[in-house]
Amino acid sequence: MENIVELKNIAAAYDGNTVLHDVNFTIRKDDFIGIIGPNGGGKTTLLKVILGLLKPVAGEIIYHGSKHSLFGYLPQNSRFDARFPINVREVVLSGLLSEKGIFGKYTREDKNKADELLATYGMGDFRERPIGELSGGQMQRVFLCRAIISSPRVLILDEPSTYVDAKFEQEFYSLLHDLNQRMSIVMVSHDLGTICSYVKTIACVNRTLHYHDSNLITPEQLQLYNCPIELLTHGTVPHRVLLKHEPKA
Amino acid sequence: MFELLNYTFFQNALIGTLLIGISCGLIGTYIVAKRMVFISGGITHASFGGLGLAYFLGFSPLWGATVFALVAAFCISYLANNKRFREDSLIGIFWSAGMALGVLFIYLTPGYAPNLLSYLFGNILTVTGGQLIASALLCGMIILFFSRFYRPLFYLAFDKDYYRIHFIPIAPIEWGITALIALTIVLCMKLAGIILVISYLTMPQAIAGMFYKNFTRQLWCSTLISCIGSIIGLFASVPLNTPSGVTIVLVFLTVFIACYIYKIVKTRSTRQK
Repeated sequence: MENIVELKNIAAAYDGNTVLHDVNFTIRKDDFIGIIGPNGGGKTTLLKVILGLLKPVAGEIIYHGSKHSLFGYLPQNSRFDARFPINVREVVLSGLLSEKGIFGKYTREDKNKADELLATYGMGDFRERPIGELSGGQMQRVFLCRAIISSPRVLILDEPSTYVDAKFEQEFYSLLHDLNQRMSIVMVSHDLGTICSYVKTIACVNRTLHYHDSNLITPEQLQLYNCPIELLTHGTVPHRVLLKHEPKA
Repeated sequence: MFELLNYTFFQNALIGTLLIGISCGLIGTYIVAKRMVFISGGITHASFGGLGLAYFLGFSPLWGATVFALVAAFCISYLANNKRFREDSLIGIFWSAGMALGVLFIYLTPGYAPNLLSYLFGNILTVTGGQLIASALLCGMIILFFSRFYRPLFYLAFDKDYYRIHFIPIAPIEWGITALIALTIVLCMKLAGIILVISYLTMPQAIAGMFYKNFTRQLWCSTLISCIGSIIGLFASVPLNTPSGVTIVLVFLTVFIACYIYKIVKTRSTRQK
């Protein structure tokens, strides 16, 4: 399968404190990778390194093909000013900045595309609203539209379930499933149930990265990598996951 | 009152006020939307250091102010971006250091500093031909910059971190707007003085913000308020025999309070319905 992004022996640090070391990781075409790991294990740091927001202290990242419209990104918490004078449609259109560059013109088709996306994600009636007037879940949907309007080759989601309510969750993940036909997806999630039902492969991140070429998680793996400890003790770990952990043949 | 228009000095003042009004209306909308009011205050006060230095060395004080404003603007945004310092602390440092240097140089300059008050509170009636040309050039550059880079500017102001991932060169846009902010501040000092520059960059925008939640409309509305308010203030200052910069600020303030009361009354009456 075609490689899109390759991380080789990556180490990342904040102010000299190493958060990740010896990370080798490849994002390929059609991938749907779930990233799990304990809090503070470096999941978000890994995403930042992939996105080019944090320069690694060691190792190499290779981006294959054009960097334009390479990534769509749904941050866990968007740090923006809720009173900024921008409406929902403009937020979605801003996702085209990568494609258009700083000189680009925005056409009527772009506007229509933004409106169509918003309608698909149940936000059609909100397109003229200031972004700050929306609820957390609604904002998340708008930011998802912003992330995908440029048809990126890789969609990166940081804890998308944080704001998605139970009613929308099912729909949200089936939309992701559809998107996966067109783009690779990398998703950080605490929600083990979600990971197992939707992703194709799993990566455990705890200071370094362990890649599992399937969506089955065994207790041995979890213990070995000291992975999502909080998930094992979490009351809502779905039954189904625990049923799948027969010893490997 | 309109016989004033026959005087060249007043014609110049009127043109200057209008050009600065447009520049401040546009740049101020960006500053307010991006919550850079405090940074602008820091740049303004830092430029006083350059003003004093130029005065001490015998150059045109506004050139000194321009250099210091540009240096302060780029230093604050560069150092704050690097996250090595906290932005508000940096602003405080530049703000007070600029003022200290300015006062020091003026103190060191032999003789009396007659124009000092005009730099603190501005005096558009003494605007020179060169300053008018500079204002016209700046105004043209701002209009060009905003019309050419409207969307990148707008989107980067909204959520800069997001667009870093797209590997598009956002730095030129940031440098461009930083330079334009610094230059606008310096030219506005001629009209408003160091102490009042901030009001020209925030009050029309605050008024526009009460009525519009859309960036484009805020741009138009604050530019209009900025121009009309400045001209009313300039005309009013002559019969009142008050400094023009101060009078303009008080016009803005009156409009602000009137609009605020109007908004409260309107909200109450719609609630009662």
